[in-house]
Amino acid sequence: MTRTTRWHIAAALALLLLALLFGALAAFAYLLPSFSDALPFQQLRPAHVSAALFWIITGATAGVLHYKDDTFGYRSHVPLHAGFLGLWLATIVAVFMAYGLGRFGGREYWEFPPLLALPMLLAWLLLMAHYLLAWVRRSPDPPLYVWMWTTGIVFFLITFIEQNLWQLPWFRETYMREITVQWKSNGAMVGAWNQMIYGSALYIMTRISGDEGIARGPKAFLFWFLGLSNLMFNWGHHIYNAPTASWIRHLAYGISMAEWILFINIIRGFKAKLDENRRHKHLTAYRFLIAAEVWVFLNLFLALLMSIPAINRYTHGTHITVAHAMGATIGINTMILVGSICWMLRYDERASDQRWMERARKFTMASLLVFWIALIVAGILKGWRITALGIEDFQQVMQPVTQVLFVFAVAGIGILVGLGYIGIRLLCLCLKSPLSTSSGAPTPVTQSFNQ
Amino acid sequence: MWMRYALAALSVCFVAGSWFAYRGASTNAPASNQVRQGMRLWQGNNCTACHQLYGLGGYMGPDLTNVHSDKGEARIRTFVRYGTGRMPAHAMSDAELDALVAFLGWVDRSGRSRVPQEAVHWTGTYHFEQP
Ligand code: HEC
Ligand code: HEM
Repeated sequence: MTRTTRWHIAAALALLLLALLFGALAAFAYLLPSFSDALPFQQLRPAHVSAALFWIITGATAGVLHYKDDTFGYRSHVPLHAGFLGLWLATIVAVFMAYGLGRFGGREYWEFPPLLALPMLLAWLLLMAHYLLAWVRRSPDPPLYVWMWTTGIVFFLITFIEQNLWQLPWFRETYMREITVQWKSNGAMVGAWNQMIYGSALYIMTRISGDEGIARGPKAFLFWFLGLSNLMFNWGHHIYNAPTASWIRHLAYGISMAEWILFINIIRGFKAKLDENRRHKHLTAYRFLIAAEVWVFLNLFLALLMSIPAINRYTHGTHITVAHAMGATIGINTMILVGSICWMLRYDERASDQRWMERARKFTMASLLVFWIALIVAGILKGWRITALGIEDFQQVMQPVTQVLFVFAVAGIGILVGLGYIGIRLLCLCLKSPLSTSSGAPTPVTQSFNQ
Repeated sequence: MWMRYALAALSVCFVAGSWFAYRGASTNAPASNQVRQGMRLWQGNNCTACHQLYGLGGYMGPDLTNVHSDKGEARIRTFVRYGTGRMPAHAMSDAELDALVAFLGWVDRSGRSRVPQEAVHWTGTYHFEQP
């Protein structure tokens, strides 16, 4: 592993810790007005959401750039990687400074002043150059994860540019165009980083099982295609209730319903997974990947229900959306990324606190389940009171909802503690000299590392 | 090889879909300069952190898509200027408040955030056309 990669991983973990901290603070600023005098919610929320998204993107790119060396058998220019990392992190620091000063761009999820998108774009181009220099040396028939990484990286660029198109006056001529450009690009960008993350999960799975076959064959590619069309056309579900052209709604509905195929396939594959689980469960990375699998199942089920407009009518604009967003970003993305970081840092070989790690993982999973259910219950209550009971006064709508949100906030502290332990532990391991192993740690599998 | 063709076909659909999605967006109420200024104020003050438009945004405060017609201009001015226990007060000039109100009025005229029961089709999708 190069030193740049180590810094890359360390930065990602630091962002995870920041996201957790800001998230817990935001939850209390939300619930206790006196708290938000000191730490205003309109600053904490963007700080939390940006830290979370940056954690995911930084963690995802760390994996792709590291695994590509092994896959393509060629290590491309380290200076390009370092250039990306430096520029990327400097921009992130500037983003947090802007929030601290109360300077906003006010776009959902990317709430920083738009000028900062420029250095970010430049950083991404450096990353692409670094990746593509290795990619051109790929074998003629690359495994699926290579396709996933490449489409993820390219689509991130496309959606990032699209997201900033609102600066052209034409896109703000009508509100429908304005809302379309925001949600079309945001929805697809989630798909783009998922391609990178799932690609890395697949890569690790092939390495653990020693079976490249799972990353090949028509079925694997078919599902990848479904995911890709989802990325391109499913954004319509974000704005079902807005009076856009009907085909946008029908297409998004059709594509989401096609995803049931994926869902049924997951259930069918479950038994095979259980057998495999017995064989590999001593591997920490594997446990995190399997934890993500559970959350794929839960979130896909929720998402499929929300994608039916008749149900969306009640759930849209409620905390169910937050359950969907955080359920997926914590349960799926964060779990896979933590697994991937364990794998890159050779956690099982180099550490000896597997038991604590496992406790922290279980504690995080349990807290997340409570957190997620509390958000769903809060959402159902709010949706019911607004849409079915037709209550107009906001304070009255929120009265019972707020009580449920206290449960959410307490469970959030649980996530902070559990994931916080995992993050700090991995950060320490990452900052330790790269190849030292701690005394007596077992070496469960041999992993291929090129150094 | 078929992978490349399929990927190319999908990309073409993506480009065409993007074009139609943006082109087709209703142009009933083009944004005036005042609306554009209001939009900048909405973004610069990060109202999105606590409020939604068409259900999208943060969830601390209510959805404001139709606040202009449902609750009236005066309410918008009072809330923004004086705040509440939970919403911060915003120091804004009268011209700025006018712009913000114009922006919310413009959003309001684009449609209704809440979908009426009648719009739900038996297949589960919605049937309503652009205003
Ligand atoms: C820190 C969160 C926060 C921010 C930032 C914020 N608001 Fe609010 N706003 C609220 C809350 C919460 C309410 C509901 C009243 C209450 O509970 O105090 C509200 C109520 C309102 C209302 C009355 C809505 C109704 O249906 O009665 C309007 C209008 C409004 N806000 C406009 C704005 C505008 C415009 C901005 C940006 C300049 C803004 N708000 C920024 C939290 C916020
Ligand atoms: C790595 C862990 C986490 C990730 C990746 C994450 C991600 C996110 C995302 C993507 C959103 C935007 C949701 C939306 O509005 O659609 C969000 C909002 C939020 N998160 Fe987190 N989150 C994490 C941990 C936490 C924790 C531990 C808490 C503490 C309770 C928390 C509290 C909140 C709050 C209060 C909001 C704002 C919801 C609103 O708009 O009302 N998050 N988070």
